[in-house]
Amino acid sequence: MKSGRIAHDTAVPGVKIILRATLFTVVLGAAAIAPALLAQTSAVDEIAKYRAALQDGNPAELWEARGEGIWQQKRGPKQATLEQCDIGLGPGVVKGAYARLPRYFADADRVMDLESRLLWCMATIQGFSDADSRKQLFGNGNDRKSDMEALVAYVTSESRGTPMNVGIAHPKEAEMYRVGERIFYFRGGPHDFGCVTCHGDDAKRIRLQELPNLTTKEGAQKAYTTWPAYRVSQGELRSFQWRLYDCFRQQRFPELIFGSDASIALTTFLARNANGAPFDAPAIKR
Amino acid sequence: MNARTVLAVTSVVLAVVGCSTAPSKPVVSSVEREETAAKASAMLKTSFKANGQAGLDRLDQDETQRACSALDGNAPSKEVAEKIEKLNLATLKYPAEDKLLGDWKNGEKIAQEGRGKQFSDDPAGPVGANCYACHQLAPQELSYGTIGPSLYQFAKLRGYGIETQRYAYGKIYNPDAYAACSNMPRFGHNGILTEQQMKDVTALLMDPASPVNK
Repeated sequence: MKSGRIAHDTAVPGVKIILRATLFTVVLGAAAIAPALLAQTSAVDEIAKYRAALQDGNPAELWEARGEGIWQQKRGPKQATLEQCDIGLGPGVVKGAYARLPRYFADADRVMDLESRLLWCMATIQGFSDADSRKQLFGNGNDRKSDMEALVAYVTSESRGTPMNVGIAHPKEAEMYRVGERIFYFRGGPHDFGCVTCHGDDAKRIRLQELPNLTTKEGAQKAYTTWPAYRVSQGELRSFQWRLYDCFRQQRFPELIFGSDASIALTTFLARNANGAPFDAPAIKR
Repeated sequence: MNARTVLAVTSVVLAVVGCSTAPSKPVVSSVEREETAAKASAMLKTSFKANGQAGLDRLDQDETQRACSALDGNAPSKEVAEKIEKLNLATLKYPAEDKLLGDWKNGEKIAQEGRGKQFSDDPAGPVGANCYACHQLAPQELSYGTIGPSLYQFAKLRGYGIETQRYAYGKIYNPDAYAACSNMPRFGHNGILTEQQMKDVTALLMDPASPVNK
C-alpha cells in the first residue's frame, strides 16, 4: 500500500461542509466562551484524527493505474502512445521526471510544467487538436473523469520519494521563477487578494483549515510535495494546475487558463522553493 | 491592530538581538524588480480569461494594490504606510446622520456567507463578507479562521460609543485607511457589500445585544 501524506488545503466553501458535520455535536451547548474554546480544540483534534484515518487507503491509486493505461494506449489522429513523450529526462522516461519540473524544453522554446508538457505531447505526437486535448482537463466529481488528471496521477506517482530538484540554470527558467515570485505577491481583484494573503504567515487558518506558509522552505516543501492529491470532498484526483485554478477562483480573479505562462511561472516558484524535499504524492486530502 | 505590524516589529526585535533567521536573498535592484513586476502583470493578462462576473479588468491594480504587491508580504515602511492610509482614508463614506448600526442578526448571516464575486457564483446570488473565514466573532461559532485578529467582545472591550462605531464601520468600508496593506478586503470601497450590509455587520460588532459582546 502506498502511503499518501495528509496535508492541508485551502478550499474555503468545502471546509464548512465537512467541518459542520464534524462539529455539529460539539457546537451544541457551547454557549459560554471557556467551553467553546475547549470544544474548538477538541474539534481540531477530531479533524486531525480524520486526516490520519484517511491514510489507510488512497483512491489516487485508481487514477494512477488508469493514467498508466492511457500513457501506453495508442490514441489520437496519429494513433501513437505517449511512450515517446519527453517530459524532461528523455523520450518515455517517467521515473523521477516530475521532481525536476517545470523546466525549459528546447523543442517548444518554453518553460513547461507537467500538464502543459502533456498537452504538447498530445498535440505533437498524437495529433490531438488543442480543443480536443482540453475537453476534460478536470473531472466533474461524478461520471466524467479526466484523462489529464489520470496521466498526472501516473507520472507524478513515478517521482514518489525523489527529492525535488527544479533548476533555474536556463535564463528562461530563471525568469519564470522571478516572475512567479511576483505573481505570488500580486494582490488584485475586488478583494485585494493574492497568494500571499493566505499563504504568507505561519500557523494561520481559514475557518478550521490550516494554511501552509509558502514563503518558507518548510511550508513550500510540505505543500508542494503533496500535490496532486485525491480530494475526499470532491471524489476526484486534483492536479497542481487545478490547485492554482481553484485558488485564483477563490481570490475572485478571472479564470486561470490551464497550462498558461502565469500558472507555470507560479509553479516554478513554488516547486523550486520545495527543492530538497522528497516528493510524496499523489497524496490524499480531505 | 495589524498582524503584519506585529510580525514586522517582532522580526526587527529579533534582528537586533541577533536571532534573525531570515534566509539571505540575492540583491535585486529596484529597476529589475519593477521590470519583473511589469512582466508579471503582462503575463497575468494573457494567462486568464473572463468568466461570468470576473472580467480581465480584475487584473488591473489600483495604486494601493500595486504598492502592497511590491512588499513581498512585509509590512510597508512608515512613509509608504502613511501614503496608502491617507489615500484610502479619503475614500471613506459614512451613512447619513451617523446611523451606523443595522441588524446584528443579518450581520451574523453576512459574516457567515462565503459566496460572492467568484466566477462560480451566481451574480444575482448572495454576496457575503465571510468574516468567520479569518476572524473569531460570536463564541458559538467554533469554525473561525485566524488570519485576522479575534473580534470577540469587540465593543465590550472598546466601548459602544459613536467613535468606536465609526471606527468599526470605516474598517469594514476600507481597512487600508487604518492599516496599509491589510489582508482584509475593502468591502465598501470596492463595492463588495452594500451600505445596509455594512451597517448590519457593524451592528454585529457594536450592538450590546449581539452575541459578539456577550
